[in-house]
Amino acid sequence: MSIVIYIAVMALTTYLIRVIPFAAVRGKIKSRFINSVLYYMPYAVLSAMTFPAIFWATGDILTSAVGTVIALVMAYFDLPLIAVALGSSAGAFLTDIVIGLF
Amino acid sequence: MKKDFTKGMRHGIPIMLGYLSVSFGFGILAIQKNLSILAAVGISVTNLTSAGQVAGVEVIAAGGSLLEMILCQIVINLRYSLMSLSLSQKLDQSFTLPHRLIAAYGITDEIFALASTREEPIKPAYMYGLIFTPFLGWSLGTLLGATAGNLLPTQVTAAMSLMLYGMFIAIIIPPAKKNRRILFVVLLSACFSVLLKFLLPMIGDGFAVIIAALLSSVITALLFPVGSKEAPQ
Repeated sequence: MSIVIYIAVMALTTYLIRVIPFAAVRGKIKSRFINSVLYYMPYAVLSAMTFPAIFWATGDILTSAVGTVIALVMAYFDLPLIAVALGSSAGAFLTDIVIGLF
Repeated sequence: MKKDFTKGMRHGIPIMLGYLSVSFGFGILAIQKNLSILAAVGISVTNLTSAGQVAGVEVIAAGGSLLEMILCQIVINLRYSLMSLSLSQKLDQSFTLPHRLIAAYGITDEIFALASTREEPIKPAYMYGLIFTPFLGWSLGTLLGATAGNLLPTQVTAAMSLMLYGMFIAIIIPPAKKNRRILFVVLLSACFSVLLKFLLPMIGDGFAVIIAALLSSVITALLFPVGSKEAPQ
């Protein structure tokens, strides 16, 4: 089968998943319960995507854990997103280097 | 209008940097699976999704059926439906149907995360800017990975894969610090996610995220319904 067909089917499926609720739900939802669920949803989604996956992100649980702790501390002090992202990576990288010394 | 686009682009820069490293890995993988450089970049440009693309490349490499491709994309990417439903409630009045049809293309985990946690309603120009820089990072990273994949030391690419998670943490911690209900939903969702991963690993990461996020938001909404003041705009 041509790879173009595969890619087209893949892209169309992914697009439909995204566009259907986005285009269909035009008005404001009135239900207090549904609004509450939607209010909490972003935080819940991000948390579920981050934990526990972050602990295997680098392929090594120790360097990932160091990066995670650095991210948590930096985020607690309201540092900008990019600083937290880079700080967390840099911490994991340095840990990897230090481990390599022994 | 132009200011909103620029602001969106600027807010998208951390995502762009994270995407550069993740899509670099995707580019390497696609070449290993015998796809052409053009196909690898073509997939990234048309799909703009990480896990779904990796699974898609596996299906292509295995010569799977189109039905298999469709089902696999639905399972892995269904979380985007939840995100676009949630985001549909945050849109500015100027977000008409044509804008929605275009912007829906760019709803990724990270773009959703930034857009949905903003205080003010989302305007189309801002959303396009917020999609544009990450899109550049995602496409360029795939191209670099596919053409020059093995030039970067693995220690660097491994460490860079933490960037997007670090960004997620930076998005959820400050509001969780100020609002105990948000802290509650964050902790609950993390607990469900960890439990699912270890007790029911067969359901897969895509579904695990959906189940954990739905359960925890529904429970939190029942316990602490949001008043009109805090309700999404």
